[in-house]
Parts: sequence; C-alpha cells; structure tokens
Amino acid sequence: MLCASGRLLAARAATSLPAPPRGRGPAGRHPRRELHFPGQPGPPPGDSLAGQQTRQSASPHRRVILRWGRMPPAVGRGLAGAELRLRRSRCGPRAGRAVGRDGAIQAAARSPKRPSPGSRRFEGTGRQALLVLVTLLSFATRFHRLDQPPHICWDETHFGKMGSYYINRTFFFDVHPPLGKLCAFLGSCLVPFAYLIVLDLSKSLPAALVTAALLTFDTGCLTLSQYILLDPILMFFILAAMLSMVKYNSCANRPFSAPWWFWLSLTGISLAGALGVKFVGLFIILQVGLNTIADLWHLFGDLSLSLVTMGKHLIARILCLIVLPLALYMAIFAVHIMVLSKSGPGDGFFSSAFQARLSGNNLHNASIPEHLAYGSVITVKNLRMAIGYLHSHRHLYPEGIGARQQQVTTYLHKDYNNLWIIKKHNTNSDPLDPSFPVEFVRHGDIIRLEHKETSRNLHSHYHEAPLTRKHFQVTGYGINGTGDSNDFWRIEVVNRKFGNRIKVLRSRIRLIHMVTGCVLGSSGKILPKWGWEQLEVTCTPYLKQTLNSIWNVEDHINPKLPNISLDVLQPSFPEILLESHMVMIRGNNGLKPKDNDFTSKPWHWPINYQGLRFSGANGTDFRVYLLGNPVVWWLNLVSIALYLVSGGVAAIAMQRGAQLSTEVEGLTRILLQGGGQVLLGWMLHYFPFFLMGRILYFHHYFPAMLFSSMLTGILWDTLLRLCAGSLASTSLARGIHAVGILSLLLGTAYSFYLFHPLAYGMIGPLAQDPKSPMAGLRWLESWEF
Amino acid sequence: MTHVCTELVATRQLLKAVGRAGRRQGGLLSLLFYKMLGFLKRPVVVTADINLNIVALTGVGLLSRLWHLSYPRAVVFDEVYYGQYISFYMNRIFFLDDSGPPFGHMLLALGGYLGGFDGNFLWNRIGAEYTSNVPVWALRLLPALTGALSVPLGYQIALELRFSHCAAMGAALLLLMDNALITQSRLMLLESPLIFFNLLAVLSYLKFFNSQKHSAFSLRWWFWLILTGVACACAVGIKYMGIFTYLLVLGVAAVHAWQLIGDQTLSNVRVFCHLLARAVALLVAPATLYLLFFYVHLALLCRSGPHDQIMSSAFQASLEGGLARITQGQPLEVAFGSQVTLRNVFGKPLPCWLHSHQNTYPMIYENGRGSSHQQQVTCYPFKDVNNWWIIKDPGKHQLVVSNPPRPVRHGDVVQLVHGMTTRLLNTHDVAAPLSPHAQEVSCYVDYNISMPAQNLWRLDIVNRQSDKDTWKTILSAVRFVHLNTSAVLKLSGAHLPDWGFRQLEVVGEKLSPGHHESMAWNVEEHRYGTSQEQRDRELELHTPTQVDVSRNLSFMARFSELQWRMLTLRSEDAEHKYSSTPLEWAMLDTNIVYWLHPRTSAQIHLLGNIVIWASASLATAAYALLFLWYLLRRRRAIHDLPEDVWLRWALAGSLCAGGWALNYLPFFLMEKTLFLYHYLPALAFQLLLVPLVLQHFADHLCRTQLQRNLFSALVIAWYSAACHVSNTLRPLTYGDRSLSSAELLALRWKDSWDILIRKS
Repeated sequence: MLCASGRLLAARAATSLPAPPRGRGPAGRHPRRELHFPGQPGPPPGDSLAGQQTRQSASPHRRVILRWGRMPPAVGRGLAGAELRLRRSRCGPRAGRAVGRDGAIQAAARSPKRPSPGSRRFEGTGRQALLVLVTLLSFATRFHRLDQPPHICWDETHFGKMGSYYINRTFFFDVHPPLGKLCAFLGSCLVPFAYLIVLDLSKSLPAALVTAALLTFDTGCLTLSQYILLDPILMFFILAAMLSMVKYNSCANRPFSAPWWFWLSLTGISLAGALGVKFVGLFIILQVGLNTIADLWHLFGDLSLSLVTMGKHLIARILCLIVLPLALYMAIFAVHIMVLSKSGPGDGFFSSAFQARLSGNNLHNASIPEHLAYGSVITVKNLRMAIGYLHSHRHLYPEGIGARQQQVTTYLHKDYNNLWIIKKHNTNSDPLDPSFPVEFVRHGDIIRLEHKETSRNLHSHYHEAPLTRKHFQVTGYGINGTGDSNDFWRIEVVNRKFGNRIKVLRSRIRLIHMVTGCVLGSSGKILPKWGWEQLEVTCTPYLKQTLNSIWNVEDHINPKLPNISLDVLQPSFPEILLESHMVMIRGNNGLKPKDNDFTSKPWHWPINYQGLRFSGANGTDFRVYLLGNPVVWWLNLVSIALYLVSGGVAAIAMQRGAQLSTEVEGLTRILLQGGGQVLLGWMLHYFPFFLMGRILYFHHYFPAMLFSSMLTGILWDTLLRLCAGSLASTSLARGIHAVGILSLLLGTAYSFYLFHPLAYGMIGPLAQDPKSPMAGLRWLESWEF
Repeated sequence: MTHVCTELVATRQLLKAVGRAGRRQGGLLSLLFYKMLGFLKRPVVVTADINLNIVALTGVGLLSRLWHLSYPRAVVFDEVYYGQYISFYMNRIFFLDDSGPPFGHMLLALGGYLGGFDGNFLWNRIGAEYTSNVPVWALRLLPALTGALSVPLGYQIALELRFSHCAAMGAALLLLMDNALITQSRLMLLESPLIFFNLLAVLSYLKFFNSQKHSAFSLRWWFWLILTGVACACAVGIKYMGIFTYLLVLGVAAVHAWQLIGDQTLSNVRVFCHLLARAVALLVAPATLYLLFFYVHLALLCRSGPHDQIMSSAFQASLEGGLARITQGQPLEVAFGSQVTLRNVFGKPLPCWLHSHQNTYPMIYENGRGSSHQQQVTCYPFKDVNNWWIIKDPGKHQLVVSNPPRPVRHGDVVQLVHGMTTRLLNTHDVAAPLSPHAQEVSCYVDYNISMPAQNLWRLDIVNRQSDKDTWKTILSAVRFVHLNTSAVLKLSGAHLPDWGFRQLEVVGEKLSPGHHESMAWNVEEHRYGTSQEQRDRELELHTPTQVDVSRNLSFMARFSELQWRMLTLRSEDAEHKYSSTPLEWAMLDTNIVYWLHPRTSAQIHLLGNIVIWASASLATAAYALLFLWYLLRRRRAIHDLPEDVWLRWALAGSLCAGGWALNYLPFFLMEKTLFLYHYLPALAFQLLLVPLVLQHFADHLCRTQLQRNLFSALVIAWYSAACHVSNTLRPLTYGDRSLSSAELLALRWKDSWDILIRKS
C-alpha cells in the first residue's frame, strides 16, 4: 500500500503513524487511514507542533530529556520519539561514515600514522556521543506508547497477579524464582549493553553500531520490553553479566586492581540476578563458568605466576563468582519467604512442616496431640510434593472401572472429606468412649481407616486401578465401618523399629494392605471428569520405596490426648530453600504439552516461524503480536551459518599454519575469539531447550537472540574489512566497508519502519486482507497479524 | 587370531615397480603376469602367527557362553518381548517397535531362520515352556557368540592401546568373568551384540589409527577404517544407545583429524584426501548402512499386522492384506459425489475416522452448559458404516458422481453429507462439549430456532504441490476450514462421556496458533457414488469397496515415516517391578530376577560380580584423579610421564573412561523406565580400564622392586577374589542348580538384592 516513489516521504510522514491517539479514546480507524495515505493529511496540530519544537531544540540530549519527562502524560506527542528514530536513520550515513573511519583507525593502530592527541580526544567524545545516542534511541523506542494497550496482555495476568500477592503477603506457588516479579523496566538497557559488549570484543565501532541497530529495531525485543514480564529483567541480567565478564576479561592485564574487582563482583551480582528471575539464568552461569575455567587454565599455564598468586586468583573467583551470587540468591529467597508469610492458595503444594510457618494456615502455631492413638481423626498427606491428601467422597467409580465402590483419591485442598478415623482392625467399639484407656498406634499394627464423612473403610482388592493398570484399585467399602478383611492395613514407619509410637507430621508412614501385600500410594495421574480431576490413588504391588507411597499424618484430633505445640517443627532455612526448589522443579516439569495441541518447537524460533499473540485477535481489536523483525532475524540466521563457515575456514587456515598479514591475523583473532564467545552464548541459551520436556514458548528464544545479534555485528564488520582489505586499496576498502555497514544500518531501520505496528499495536483488518495496514507484510503464512 | 603372510609382500613390491614402469599400458595385466611368475618361481609358503592367548580366550569365552545354552527351555524375561518380533519376522508381518532400529531384531530373527523356526509360538508369559518347534539353541546362539567374541576383542583393544599382554589378559578375563555379562549374552537379548559392535568399533578405530603413520591408504588401513564405520552403524542399528559409542569414535577421530590438519609435513591435497576418506567411512557409510537395515526390514515385513493402525493410510496400503485389500482399485481423485471415509492423520490418542450417528448432543451438559442439541459428530476408532461421508458440491443437489467425474481441488468449497443420515457437517459458535474454547461440530438438524446451517467448508490440501492440486485418496492430507468462522475441523483428543459412547471429540478449532496434524484428515476408503436414492445408497454403503491397483510408496517415504513414528511413539511409562535408577547401577545395588524354575528354586538373575563392579568404579575414579593431577602438573611444566606414555594414557582414558561416561551419564537425563541391563555397555568399557590403571600403578607409581612385587601380589589376590565371587554367584547366573533357602539367603549380600526364596 505504500507508494514506492514516496518512500522517503512516507518515512517522514510515518511520524504520524506511531503517534496514535491515546486521547482519542476507543478510536482506531484514523491511524489506519493515516497509514494508507502517508503524508497526505497533515498530522494533527498537536503533533506537528511537538515535532517543530523538538526540531528547534538545540541539543539532542536535551531534546530527549524533555521528551522523556513529558512522555507518559503527553497526548499525541508520540511524534518526538518517532522523530528521533527518523533522525537516527537519517543520521545513519553520517554516523556510519564517521565510524568507518574511526574503526579503520582502530584497526590500523599499528600503522605508522597515529592519530594526533587532538583527534584522539575528538574520537573519545565522539564515542561517548555515539553511546549516548544509542542509549537514547533505545529508551525512546521502548518508552514510546508504553501505556498502550491499557488492558492486561498475555502473561501479565500471571505475573501481575503475583505482584499483588507480594503486596498482600500471601504465599503462592510459582514455577519461577521470585525476584522478577518486583517488576521494573530494564529492557532499554539491553541495547547499550550489547553495544558495549561488541565494542569490547571486536574493538570496532561499526560492529557495535550494527548490533545496537539490530536490537533497537527488533520488534520482538521491543514488544517484550514493554510489558510486565520477566523476560526483560532476565535479559537485562544476562547481558549485564556478559558485559561485566567481558570488561573483566579486558582488565586481565591488571589483576587485583579496583576495576578488576569491580567487574568481577558485578559479574557475580548479575549472575545472582539472572538466576533469581528464571532458571534460564543457569545458562549464563554456565557461560561465565566456562570462561572462568579457561581463564584460570590460562593463568595456571603461566609459569611466571607463583602458586600463591594462582591461589589468590582462584579465591577471588570463588568469592566473587560463587559465594557472592549464592549469598545474594539466598538473600532474595529469604526476602521472598519473609514477605510471603501468610497462607494462600499455594499451600497444598508444600509439606506439612513448610505450611506450619504460614500464618493463617491451620498448622501455624497449632497445637495437636503428638502421638497417634486409636480413635484419632486425622488427615493423611502424601510426601511427594503436589499430590495432596488422601480423600474420599460420596461418588462411586463408574461402571466398567474396577468395582463400583466409593472413590478414593488425593486432593490438594483442605476439605472435610480428607478426614479419616483410625480404628483397630478387629473391634468396632467406639474408642472415644471415655471408659476405654488411650491406646497408641504402634509401628506394625494392623489398622482400619474409616472415612469420617461417609463411614466407609479404606479398601483394596485384586481389581486393576483406573489409570495405572498394573496397580490395584483402592475404594471406600463397607457400611458404618463394617467391612471385610480387605479393609485391613498394616501401618509401618519408614526406617524405624517395630513397636514405636507414630508421631504426627514427623513419622513417614507406609500403609501395607494385608490381603494383597500391596502398598497404598498415589500415582500422581489425574482422573477424568468422573473423578473430579483429582489424583488417582492405587495400591502398588511394587514394594520399592518411592515418595509416592509414603505418607504423613497432618491434622490430628483426639480429645483424650494432650496437645503439644508444633513450633519445634519449624523447618530451617536450608530446608525451606530445598523444598521450595523441589516444588518449583516439579512444577516446571509438570508443564507438559498435550498431544493434540500445537506447541512451539525450538526449531521454529530462529527462523521466526511464528509469533505470540499478546493482545487481541480479531480485526476490530487493538492487536499486539510478538514477532521478531524478520529482516533482523533472518540476517541473524544467515550470519550464524556464515560464521560457522568463515570461522571454520579461519581455524583451519590457522591450524595449517597459513602465513597471514598482521592485520588479517588480528581480524581473524577477533572473529574466532570475540565471535566464538558470543556464539557460545547463543548455543548455551538455545540448544538446551531441545532437551526440555515442558511447554515452550517463542519468547524463550530472546536471550539467545541477543547473542546472535551480537554475532551478526561482529561477523559482518570483520568480514567486510577482510574482503574489502583483500580486494582493494586502503581508501577504497574503507569506502566499501562504510557502504556495507551503512546499508545494514539503513536496512534494519527501514524494516523496523515497516514492521513497527507489530509492537506498537495495530488496528484494522488482518494482514491477509488487502485493506489491512499490514498487507503485504505477511511474508510467512504462519504469521497471524 | 591368525595372521597369514604369503607372498603378498613380494607381490606388493612388484606391484609398485610395475605400477611405476607400466602405469600407462594396462598395469593390471602385467601385474597378474608377474604374480603368476612369482608363484611359478617359488613354492607357496603359508606362515601363520597364532596368538594362543587369543585362541584360549575365545575358547573359554565360547565355553562360558554356550554351555547348556538351551537351558532353561522356557521364556526368560525380555525374551518374551523380543521373541514376538522374531515371530513377526518369521511370518513376515509388519510391526513397529519403538525401542530401537531393526538390525538387532533382524539378527535374532536370523538365528530363528537358520534354526528353522516357523514363528508359531505365543510369546505372552515369562516362564512359559517352549514348544518343540522353537529352536532355542539357534535363537540364543547369536547373542552368545557375540558375547563370547567380546572377550578376545577386549584383549586386542588393550594391546592396541600399547599396554602389556598381562594387562590385556586381565581386561579380557574381567569381560569373561562378569556374571551379568554372561547372563545377558546367554539369552535372546540385544545387549551382547551391542557390546560386541561397540568394542569392535573401538578396536578397528585403534587398528586404523595405529596403521596411520606407517601405511596410510594401504589395504589394511582402509579395511579397519571402513570396519569402524560399519561397526558403528551396526551398534546404532541394534539400539539407539549405540549412538553414544558412535559419538565417542567420531569425537576421537575428529581430534585426530584436527592434529592431522595441523601436520605441516603433509601436503594440502593429502590432508584433504585423509579427511575425505574419514568422512566417507565414518559418516556416509554408516548412514547408508543404517538405511540398508531399514530397507531389508521393510522388504522382509510385507504383510499387514496388528501395528498397522499406527501408520498412515498410505503406509498401510503398501502392506499386503489389511488396508491394501480394501483400498485396492479405488479411484485416486476425489470427485463431487464421492463416498469417502476420513481418517485423522495424527491419530492420537487413537487412530480414528470421522463419524456421526443419530444421537444428538445432550441439551444440557453435566456442568450446566448448553449445547445445540444437534446430531453428534465424533471420531470413531473402528470401521463402521457410519464413517462414510459424501462430498457434495454446495451448488448442486446431486449426491452421485457425474460423468466425467469432477475432481475436487485445493480451495474448493464443499459440503460433507453424512452417508447414513444425510445430514450435513456443520459448526457454529457453540462451545464444544469438552473443549469449551473451541466450536462444537455437529450434523445440522433444523430446529427452527434461528440457528442457521453453517455447513460450507473450504478444502485446504496441506501437502499440495501446487494450488491447483486435486484431492487424492490416501495421499492427500486435507484440512476443512469453515467458511463462516474460519474454524478448522480438529480431533481434540478428549474422550466423550457416556452420552457420546466414549468416542473421541471432534471440534472446530478457532484460534489455532499453527498447523497441527490433528487438524489434517485423509481419505482412506473411497468410491464414486452411483445411487441418488437414499435406500440404494445405504445398501451401497454397506457393501465393501473392491478393486486392484496397488499404490506403492517409495522406500524413502516409508523409511522416514517409520523412523519418525518410532521416535515419536510415546509408550506409556510402564512402572516395572525391577526398574532401577542409574545411581543404583554403579555400585550394583539392584538386580533383576530373570527366571525362576517352576518347581525348584533354581533361578537366573541379572546380577554382576560385585567385586569387579566395585573395583571398576574405583578404577574410574582413580583414573580421573590421576589424569587431573598429571594434567595440572603438565600445565606447570612438570612432566611426570614421558610424552609417549602420557599420550597413551590419555588415549586409553578417552576411549575407556569416555566410553563409560558417554554410555552411562545420559541416562540421568532420560525419563523412560530404566533397568540394570542398560548399564552393561558402559560397564564393558569400564572393565577395560581396570587393568590399564593397575598396570599404570605398577609401572609408574611403584618405585621399588619390593613395592612392585607387593602390588602384583595384591592384584593376584584381587583377581582370585573376583574369580571366587564369580564362582559363588554361578548358580544365579546359569540357573542350573537348585539352592536351599539357607544358601540363597547366604547369597543375599545386599539388602536391596531381590532373591526369590520359596515358601516351603
């Protein structure tokens, strides 16, 4: 729909496009029209005014501060940000050229023509200006139209809810570690971080600029940074760790100096942050670990260093990279646990002892009888996390599924139907009769468990269990406590001697069926509708001790016994830590996709096969679609392949001992070392997903995408230099290089102009409709916008 | 092993001379001539070097594995599993086993073929007596032979690693003595062939590597290089696990190739030739061989059988009997008026056909939601007359095929008429019974309640070549996209409750994030409808289709489908009484009862020689520590070992310890049910390491003669202990002797061992 002739015009007029009308209420038809006829109707007066203002203001710096400060309330002032972007792309040529020269100076540092001190000072300020520019651009794109759409998008339901849990101090269960939910905006820092990393690795401004452009103009990163999600925080810490690692590597010639310590400990801190947000943080830890090992190995081979110095090096790293992050991580956890001190919906996932520390939970500050006696009313909890309490209810197993007797299940929530009465197997007298003496239950006793609400006995027999065919069915049987010999169970305490009493909460018990010899357990499988989607309880003939068949007694009511306080049960901090991690890992593994549903596969990601709908689906909705800028992503993909080829050739040439000129050798080293480090980062953040069984989403790829963008920057800059250098004279080579870099910068900027509605939101018909603003941009059939 | 040395050396020299002289004019002829001349001039002499060690080891190996091989004459443990596949091979019936590629199964079946097995035995119960038609000895022979030959292989590997004969004998003895290895190789199981090919791959690589320096590109060099690739392919072909050894060999080969690239005395062309030869032998050859296994497998299994349903219609149609019998001669192109059955391509949880029947959706569901109360549409896992649908052109009334037939193309709009009830397939904005986010699919019943029929579907051929493609029976996978709502007809995978007769739910998926096979359908049975009258049509639907054109799939299509199904078939993770975790293996905390005599207490266990297992784990730890120590000291320029010893030590470690780690550690990441026998390939590598570590201790860490003597005495004592343990556990290995309860109890050295004691 865009007029080809008026491309520049369109680009200019596009300023009106991302400036939609927060104040225009539910609108949405106007922007479409503006897009269709770019540049035709003049932008609304407010817009053009803002544009003029910014254009008149003197320094870019001030301009942006002004913009930034006013941004959220400003209505219709989106223009300024767009204007900046535009300027950036127009500035591109100049910047690129300047940089090209600059980079050439860098590369030819050995050459006799050294720049004068004055030019160096100029160079320094130029660099800083560039960094500022990159940062500002990044912030401008990220903060532009931040409050659109005003409703909850996608995972925001999840993380937003958790935020409010923190505020109410209610305990909840989540599959991710806590830090991330104290949410803030860090996505904008990614660009300058990546810029600095590449600058440090390649010592080349053009490479850094290309990387920065790729990330700034990637619609995916932009979208992800604009919502209350964990990913921007995670990516922030990942890149922060990477940056400080790279910086610290370049301080290697001044060990134990202040900057050295600073960067080393900053690496550790960022690692703790990354791990505290999501477990994906483990990959960057792996990378830093590998780097540290290589570093130490290198130092160890340096015979001029004494073993004492080596020891110092080692201890410094252990302190900063292991002790410090661990301490921080635990501190984060301690805060999490301290803040969330109230009982909430996630309690049932945790063990009885864990619950005892949540105020509001019935186990908190509770006092109950310590030893189990006949006649006690109890609840029985499975020891495996997230299985729950032994439960029964007035519903029968359906026809065709074992015997048509009352269902027995496990249930995660507290409920009257979880209550059971312990009775002797052979007498039916009421043990609560005050005339009888208290008789404790002992390890090895044969008992009967009567369901309190329905007065049926826990029962098993030689029928196959509903889901786990090799196990026996467990039912509720009998009338008013009278059943048959299939109701008899031997109660055993794990790892204790026969004859001991059984303690509430602390004894780990097994119930062994007398007739069949099987063990009461829960398979953890979810029953179908007829079982109310509670979990299956079976009697397993396999006597291996697994947590599924071990239980503990949680509630205990017996008026004849004295109560004791449960404070002794309070678990220690390491126990809490361990338990919550176990639950998280189980929860993560439990997120399994169903067979008949479409799921995102890791191989989809780098090819940008399919995005995620963040908000809206129909032609009438305000739609945001998480999808990478295809130009950027496909360039990255090509770059990885190209890198593997060129890196392979370079490595083989080195190994064959090819004679290279010093300049080429320097470039090859940058390609292999700098590029290799980034490639390793990409691999570590991408390949492990192939092994994961849980549900995966497109956004899992973004940390890897950051690394592949950095690789692209390094690769193209180096390759252009190498090719141009081998083809032509110095000045021409510089020219070729500059043109190459420039076209990359302009290309990404233009593609961003095309695709930016993905991130900033689009209204109007879907893209297959020729009337849509995005018509013609649906390059893959699998994209849905 | 004999080394036959004939005139070949002389011939080779002659060949060189001749080659130089007469390369231009037919060197081959003159070579033959010279060769004959040589034979005439001198007597034919055969000198044979026979290493008696190897002969002896092979002999003892055979003895230990073949002794009383056909005892017990009953199904032992997993024989029940592999046996059924042998029977399938004998009857040439197609089957699908996701546990591994077919080469291993074929090896076992080869034994059955040679023994004249007719395949008539019902493998249903462990412990069942074999009938007289089952050649037990022949069936167990191949695993036993490979198990026996692994012993001399171990010996040779240690020799090729340049360790002493003594150490090599030690390694072979360990392989010979271990009770678990003996048990496993005496039954119809696949571990011992796998171990054999693993060791063969390592040995041939070592032989190849050792001949690299002196005689690159010689016949011998080529032979061992290619044998490496072949052995790797065989190992992978037996079990997927073989891939770990393949990776090990590839890794070591890659490191050596990298060193070769760095060798600047070689010309570029020569380096290139070296790399090419390795790529061909280690990458191309194994891949080809792997395909060959499947080719033979598919060529052998040409009849339909019980596993057909898992495969696509096209695959089934390529098998004799089964679907082929029904679908032969069907018209290829679906036309307006065609009568078809539509099978879901994904077929999970069950393979099924689009189905409808008189019954309607219940007015109100259990949870209070309402339905359209129209006729149910489901997916039904059995053949049924209600699975027939007629493809109708929305613009015309006729339900028969016109002459000439009008084929349906990609993008055409069609209506689907249910054959028996003549109602049209319909979907609308009503939540589906079990998947409320999706639309209900029904056969439209007009209740006159302002719910209009929405029965137009656009045909979307998923695997089309061009946009003009016609819809083909069996071959095309199609989607039906609803015209009004753009919902896609999909099998949700949920089972309907009683009102839906537990058939599978079919829904219209509105917001699908992408294409999934559960949305694709293919025509399985197909005929051109000829009767416009409903009664005639019902009659027509009840008669089976028949014809006789067979449609053959190419081998690659069949291979890729079969391989894909094998990899993705998720068998229910069956809990097993004898399953164990990798942690329990290294110290032998677990065992498996394979067989118990029906009357006496004679029993066979998979139970290793605990002394050997424990010392192997210890040796691995010792190796790792020593290696690390040497490595660190070398980095500080302290060379404890001479360079060649160090290289040897590193190579031995990377092959033996590396082989152990690669075959063991991945199990920690696996989620499937694991058994003790999964550890045996790793164990075989680990056993090789023990004598190497011992020799290293003796040679380099014992400084004085006294120490050396003491150490030798210790080693001998240790070996005797291992022998003794082996002998003590022998009744549980061979199951030939009934032990009393007291004796059995005395053998229960660990509480975790499960030894069966009969209650008298």
